[in-house]
Amino acid sequence: MAIWIPEHAKVIVQGITGRQGRFHADKMVEYGTAIVGGCTPGKGGQTVELQGKDFPVWNSVRDAVTATDADATVIYVPPPFAGEAIMEAAEAFDAIKGEGVIVCITEGIPILDMVKAAAYVEQRPGIRLIGPNCPGIITPGEQGGAKIGIMPGHIHAKGRIGIVSKSGTLTYEAVAQTMSIGEGQSTCVGIGGDPVNGTGFIDCLAAFETDPQTEAIVMIGEIGGNAEQEAAAYAAEHVSKPIVGFVAGSTAPPGKRMGHAGAIISGGKGTAEEKFEAFRAAGIACANDPSEIGQVLLKALQDAGLRD
Amino acid sequence: MNIHEYQGKAMFKRYGVPVLEGVHCTTAEDALAAYDHLGSKVVAVKSQIHAGGRGKGNLYAPETGDLVMEGGVKIAFSREEVGTYAANILGNVLVTIQTGEEGKLVRNLYVESGCAIEHEYYLALLVDREAKSVLVMASTEGGMDIEEVAEATPELIHKIHVDPSAGLLGFQSRDLADALGLSGAAAKAFRRTLGALYTCFVENDCAMMEINPLVRTEDDAIVALDAKVSFDENAHFRHAAAWDEVRDLSEEEETEIRAAEAGLSYVKLDGNIGCLVNGAGLAMATMDVIKLKGGEPANFLDVGGGANEEQVTTAFSIILEDPNVKGILVNIFGGIMRCDIIARGVIGAVENLGLDVPLVVRLAGTNVDEGKAILAASTLNIHPADDLADGAERIVALIGGGEA
Repeated sequence: MAIWIPEHAKVIVQGITGRQGRFHADKMVEYGTAIVGGCTPGKGGQTVELQGKDFPVWNSVRDAVTATDADATVIYVPPPFAGEAIMEAAEAFDAIKGEGVIVCITEGIPILDMVKAAAYVEQRPGIRLIGPNCPGIITPGEQGGAKIGIMPGHIHAKGRIGIVSKSGTLTYEAVAQTMSIGEGQSTCVGIGGDPVNGTGFIDCLAAFETDPQTEAIVMIGEIGGNAEQEAAAYAAEHVSKPIVGFVAGSTAPPGKRMGHAGAIISGGKGTAEEKFEAFRAAGIACANDPSEIGQVLLKALQDAGLRD
Repeated sequence: MNIHEYQGKAMFKRYGVPVLEGVHCTTAEDALAAYDHLGSKVVAVKSQIHAGGRGKGNLYAPETGDLVMEGGVKIAFSREEVGTYAANILGNVLVTIQTGEEGKLVRNLYVESGCAIEHEYYLALLVDREAKSVLVMASTEGGMDIEEVAEATPELIHKIHVDPSAGLLGFQSRDLADALGLSGAAAKAFRRTLGALYTCFVENDCAMMEINPLVRTEDDAIVALDAKVSFDENAHFRHAAAWDEVRDLSEEEETEIRAAEAGLSYVKLDGNIGCLVNGAGLAMATMDVIKLKGGEPANFLDVGGGANEEQVTTAFSIILEDPNVKGILVNIFGGIMRCDIIARGVIGAVENLGLDVPLVVRLAGTNVDEGKAILAASTLNIHPADDLADGAERIVALIGGGEA
């Protein structure tokens, strides 16, 4: 079943004619994602060649969703236009289908644009936003699957571990760790490293908890804010499946932005120590080092009677 | 991106936020001229650096490290005092709780008229990441460390969240004025000030605005006595000219600026193991694991998702500029970035720069076998590692640190 994005989800690409959009659309088609076309304002009627096949381009998300009945959209438009691209997609999905998943990869969107866009999405309850500033979401299938984003598809395999993370490459690291103990993934969600984003840890935990395919969860956080602490408190109350956690940034100095816009310890708050503490208090099995995630997960699965 | 108090106040003034008259100075002579110009018997002489806690900070002579003066913000009651304070501040190093031990060299000064203060309040606007909206925070306990107030008496901090589509509403500023115990002319002035600040915040893509203190004067006027303002760097494209003009590069780390220009994200740390990593989360995790294995990271460095050989070379040269660096750990999980490209980039950079410290390279992900083969075929002294923990252990052992 996986969460939010089934294996055969139909996906459109906003910004499909741009360099980034075209490059990643091609990789998604190669992986097996059911890309059904894309949109770029003013380029409706053109086609884009991906993996030797032509895909249609529409002027707007509305046109694209009307024509294709897409389930999801992935946004590769530059930061000045990305906030509006999210709202356009939210409006279109809401008006046409009453539901839809928006995955925004773009890094560097002004925070006040995201405040506006996040509120716009939240007013439309059937719409889910993932990101921005994230690797995307992937549901590996038996063959291919739905890769919506920029992650390397070939490192994944279908399985029973749900992964949620703020970081891109650290998610890949977590995926490799599950593979190292012979486990695949149900769905991997990169929620992004921006201070204001769409889907958060708690949404993912809740969805993994009810997803029959997911039997254990890996949650990867980083310094800044208190989303991890809130997720830990939620997990303690509402999640019965084993969770393995890691938090990046134990050695980060206070007051310095560590790459991600949201990764900053401010006023002594949002430290890795604080977050690890919250994880442990919630009964989450912590890895001190990402290279240990596999072994910690193995033990958690064994303790839960899910592995010999 | 941070700006100085005097720049923040100039911006406030344009939006109708009441501030006192003041003059930006860079020399003691300027300060005396400012005093004459202001014609106020009492003036504040304020160090301008991009850090808080100035009033309680101390000034030290940069060469000798001797204490020159206690307090980076002084109230002067005469022309002589203005001259003395200005001379004690400019060209000396101000150490506050926010600057770290090394402090900051003070190059700018603000001389501001005095006013008759009746009460000091705290007021801040910032983006609340959890509530995903602009948060206004106010307190009757101004002039103090707000984190201490939040700790000891959280009930004295009042908050309102602004709905981005509705904007700041009249009832919200009335509620806040009430909560601060303001009435009559002062309440009205507060509401007007808050409205102006919110407009200023949104129009200028601010990340944070902190006014501590915001004061009520004896004649019930509201005045912003301080202005700590920072902008959201992601919005630079909307304000490029204006921000470039107020940006004080001397307040920022020179290498961090150069790294940013090359599309790299770099933060200098105090250790001796340089790191070159793709992805912010993995870069932090790499530092963490180095520490876990008994080493100390010299930097955070994220080369991003699509680095080329030139960027890798720039990254190496930035890492190597730090004289503390005794070894380097490269940790790449190739997604979009292919390991073979990184491997060539590393070899190119090492050949160009002539590396004389140990280098451990850990590659994983896309085209990892090609990448490893390229490194193995090279005659350079590059130590391969299997995973992050192995890489960190190797580099710590190679520089002779840690448990070894």
